Amino acid sequence: MPHVVLDWLAEHVELPAGLTAEQLAADLVRVGLEEEQVHAAAVTGPLVVGRVLELVAEPQKNGKTINWCQVDVGAHNLPSDDGSGAPGTPRGIVCGAHNFGVGDLVVVALPGTVLPGPFAIAARKTYGHVSDGMICSTTELGLGEESDGIVVLGRDLLAGEADDVVPGQDAVALLGLGDETLEINVTPDRGYCFSYRGVAREYAHSTGARFSDRGLAAAEGAEPADGVRVPGATPDGFPVTVHDDAPVRGVVGCDRFVTRVVRGIDPAAASPAWMQRRLTQAGMRPLSLTVDVTNYVMLDLGQPLHAYDLARVAEPVVVRRARPGERLTTLDGVDRTLDAEDLLITDSPDTPDAPDAADGSRILGLAGVMGGASSEVTATTTDVLVEAAHFDPVTVARTARRHKLPSEAAKRFERGVDPRLPGVAAQRVVDLLVELGGGTADDAVSDLDRVPAPEPILLRVGEAERLVGVAYPEARVRELLETVGCTVADTPAIGVVSVLPPSWRPDLTGPAELVEEIARLDGYDAIPSTLPPAPAGRGLTRAQRLRRSVARGLAEAGFVQTLSYPFVDPAQHDALGLPADDVRRHALRLANPLAADRPEMRTDLLTTVLDTVRRNVGRGTEDVAVFEIGLVTLPAPGAPAAPQLPGAQRPSDDDLARLAAAVPDQPRRVAGVATGRREPRGWWGPGRGADWSDALAAARLVADRVGVEVVVRADAQHAPWHPGRCARLSLADGTLVGHAGELHPKVLETLGLPARSVAFEVDLDVLLGAVPDEAFMASEVSTFPHAKEDLALVVDADVPAQSVRDALVAGAGDLLEDVRLFDVFTGEQVGEGKKSLAFALRLRGADRTLTAEDVVRVRDAAVAAAAERTGATLRA
Amino acid sequence: MSTDTTPGAPSPLDEPALDAAVQQALTALAAAATLDDLRAAKVAHTGDKSPLALANRQIGGLEPADKAVAGRLVGPRRGRVAKAVAARQVELEADRDERVLVEESVDVTLPTDRRPAGARHPLETLQEQVSDFFVAMGWEIAEGPEVEAEWFNFDALNFGPDHPARQMQDTFFVEGDRAGQAEALAGLVLRTHTSPVQARTLLERDLPVYVACPGKVFRTDELDATHTPVFHQVEGLAVDKGLTMAHLKGTLDHFARAMFGDQARTRLRPSFFPFTEPSAEMDLWFPQKKGGAGWIEWGGCGMVNPNVLRAAGIDPDEYSGFAFGMGIERTLMLRHGIADMHDMVEGDVRFSTQFGMGI
Repeated sequence: MPHVVLDWLAEHVELPAGLTAEQLAADLVRVGLEEEQVHAAAVTGPLVVGRVLELVAEPQKNGKTINWCQVDVGAHNLPSDDGSGAPGTPRGIVCGAHNFGVGDLVVVALPGTVLPGPFAIAARKTYGHVSDGMICSTTELGLGEESDGIVVLGRDLLAGEADDVVPGQDAVALLGLGDETLEINVTPDRGYCFSYRGVAREYAHSTGARFSDRGLAAAEGAEPADGVRVPGATPDGFPVTVHDDAPVRGVVGCDRFVTRVVRGIDPAAASPAWMQRRLTQAGMRPLSLTVDVTNYVMLDLGQPLHAYDLARVAEPVVVRRARPGERLTTLDGVDRTLDAEDLLITDSPDTPDAPDAADGSRILGLAGVMGGASSEVTATTTDVLVEAAHFDPVTVARTARRHKLPSEAAKRFERGVDPRLPGVAAQRVVDLLVELGGGTADDAVSDLDRVPAPEPILLRVGEAERLVGVAYPEARVRELLETVGCTVADTPAIGVVSVLPPSWRPDLTGPAELVEEIARLDGYDAIPSTLPPAPAGRGLTRAQRLRRSVARGLAEAGFVQTLSYPFVDPAQHDALGLPADDVRRHALRLANPLAADRPEMRTDLLTTVLDTVRRNVGRGTEDVAVFEIGLVTLPAPGAPAAPQLPGAQRPSDDDLARLAAAVPDQPRRVAGVATGRREPRGWWGPGRGADWSDALAAARLVADRVGVEVVVRADAQHAPWHPGRCARLSLADGTLVGHAGELHPKVLETLGLPARSVAFEVDLDVLLGAVPDEAFMASEVSTFPHAKEDLALVVDADVPAQSVRDALVAGAGDLLEDVRLFDVFTGEQVGEGKKSLAFALRLRGADRTLTAEDVVRVRDAAVAAAAERTGATLRA
Repeated sequence: MSTDTTPGAPSPLDEPALDAAVQQALTALAAAATLDDLRAAKVAHTGDKSPLALANRQIGGLEPADKAVAGRLVGPRRGRVAKAVAARQVELEADRDERVLVEESVDVTLPTDRRPAGARHPLETLQEQVSDFFVAMGWEIAEGPEVEAEWFNFDALNFGPDHPARQMQDTFFVEGDRAGQAEALAGLVLRTHTSPVQARTLLERDLPVYVACPGKVFRTDELDATHTPVFHQVEGLAVDKGLTMAHLKGTLDHFARAMFGDQARTRLRPSFFPFTEPSAEMDLWFPQKKGGAGWIEWGGCGMVNPNVLRAAGIDPDEYSGFAFGMGIERTLMLRHGIADMHDMVEGDVRFSTQFGMGI
């Protein structure tokens, strides 16, 4: 994101004295340019210019040779020995580098300097000397990534400009190392803020400071002060054609292409220190005068530019799409296969090999993204062709993404560049090359201009008030829009104006966008705070209430709610022992998973809840009971892909149905696992380990909380549960609700979890769907006395207790108020293969006191039913 | 009727002897140190064989004139003794009760966590708290799928296929079903924000709409102290006639105070989101900010973009609306001083347990 330096910004807009980067950030954020970071001054303290007076090479025992230097640092020299106190004695400094010599001007960090790092410099003893500072390299100054050794002024920096530099001079200011820079975050709609021109305009919007737009061309016959004089196209301009036979979404890839020619540039001329400093502060590397100038003007005005070696470009330049099989080696040295959608800048060499080659046969670069190596400006280039063009944002964005080339040019084009800017920007480049490189500009100019005329937007004057809630008078609406750069005109309709957005604001496409401009310039702080009238809401839905109740119920029952990521490794299905054809193996796969080994979306909750349990056990928690409520994804095999539909219009009912069909079923589940003790040990006793019934109790609690009766049956074939200790829960109609019980010993072993760990997983949506719509009808509470009756029944060991209980309930009839199994007993007394089940029955009449005969009758009927249905006999 | 006297029993007319018997009884009762002593003293001094009982019995054999005198002498004295017995009984029972309760004392500092302690996850309870806030304003809570059609996640929200903002959100894409689709991608994403629920709500519900949508969202960010690929947001959406940014601001201020206390306030600053126009970032005044009180970013908001309304078949000239969204994790971290995202996502029971049943 762009970096802003105050002295550069001040060339576009008046800045108050003493403005800090922090205050600038505060001013800009009000209009929507967010601070990314304030980069502090790179260097503080006495960093000064020094001249090397003496240099003694001293070989060391470790094989290195160091230089013991005497450096003149002017006013920073040590006091003379003559007692006058005047500075006279140069500083002694040890230096390990060898790319400098006596007489060179160098940069010296005296003790007290803090270099980037931060790296504090102090006098220190080394190699038998006291080194009274450090002679710096580019890396140490934070000016470059790779160090080319010691910086020599006039050679490595300030080339040709070091004549006025004297020893002792402050090098922080000289090299621009003391400037704070503000890095701002530019939202995608504000492409023009990738330039000082744009940031300055926004600063003016925020503060009212005087802004001069250096990106405007002067009108015909206007004074030079009113804008840049831009020459119009001449018949002899460098020929350029656009042949776009495959516009992306109907938009031709290039609608503006300006060229200028500058000849006779001194190839040895380097860009001036101030320009190098500014480029460095913006995070760009100074390269050569021509390249630096194009980059500098881009940063300044926002127009991406390209300079070609004129000798290596053959007319005409053709802008066209790539053809199958074409390749290009870009400036970064990468050989790329091009896509038919890539927009190219090409030229038309007429070589003996291919005398009849069609125009546009040679590729110069990817339009608006990156140039090619073949036409690059080199160390011997004297004549350049300057390109300043305007490309379709979508075309550039796609190419930049396709080739992973988020270049400075692409960043700007894809966010929108001012199509009226190329002529001005090209003129700036020409002026700078003439001034700094000694070149001469050709009079010939080409300007292919097919920029469509902007469409005016009809705006109701009251629209801003309707959307913002602030009564902006019409004059204010007009004033603010004109400040942004719009032209506002009356229309025949009362209260409606016609607004023509400025060329640098392609994002202003409708009334809502104009309203935002009005609101933000007037200030969001001016918007009052008013609560809307309360709507007639109906509260939480039943499902939402019941889900909360389930979560609270499980937590109150001692389970801790946790969350896990829904990403699953297919190998986890194997660890859980799922059969090859288990539906849970049919998972949705991510195209770009975060972890390559977890590409699937979970099809059950238990898999990832077990991950959670393993983590807790691994961290030393012995007794763990956790639950999670979340969605699982159950893709339908062979489901169609979701249709790609346009925005801004309601899809047809058919399309909405297709969208619905493509989105997989995502039921909400609740799953839990308990391991270790279910009841803690303490002074009251040894506690109790979790067993299968705890898992089933939790699953039943979920159903109870929802208020749905579930049927429990043994299920010997459902991984990852223990085949003998797994319950299947279903609705009365047989619909599966979930499973609960002890986990399979092999699974626990594979997962490294304690033996006898138990688990449940229940489909909340199935339960919620089974809640009857009618309100529950309460039964009357009888206050007649009750009678108690205990029964011990002996049945075969494999008869489910539930069956016996069901038989008792059915046999006992209406007088039975409650029945509870209070003991299960096996042993010699009841015989081999048998078990005794002891039930406590409580009987009560709704309208009378029961007689002894009533009690006997109910008891006998209950026992008879149990005998008939389950073979139960009363225990003697 | 005989007038025999019982040996050792005072005559019912012998006042000094009766007084002496009373005195003896009171002395014996006072001397009773235990309830057992008292029982014996009671038998001795009020029982059938006690001097006063025996004296009483003699009254029947007296001359009628003496009967009345004797009755007046004996009756009140027996009453005095009986009262003294009852009083002593109360005293001794109280002593005993006190002693027993002392003997039964326990160490009340023993641990009492006899049942396992469960807990809710604070991200879940915070979402419930947020939902309750909006329900209290008359809003409803809307929900939507986490694996979402790209159209709902992007296009319906005015993110065109080439919109730079579509690239800003690091999206998880879903592979096509190998059996059912020729395409490499299924046209599905893991929703990158809760905003697709806006689009679903506007298509499914009748206007006006006032909904909040808390839920899980996904971005391809590696887990670190401040990022997680799976996190939660709450989205607010109101579409009605006559809604303005002032209503948005009012709602946000009210919400901020509910979450962060009466001193909380918000600030809007211009920003950009494809689905709102005008758009704003919302900052929260945060007194506990590291390095001193200041504004911190809390969420994004704005007036619903006309194109979003059009995608739901709503006329943007007739209706207007506002929308906002903020991170649940961020809210929780700010409110409870949680420094590291890991704690919230790793499922360590020690994290949830700190919060107990709610926050």
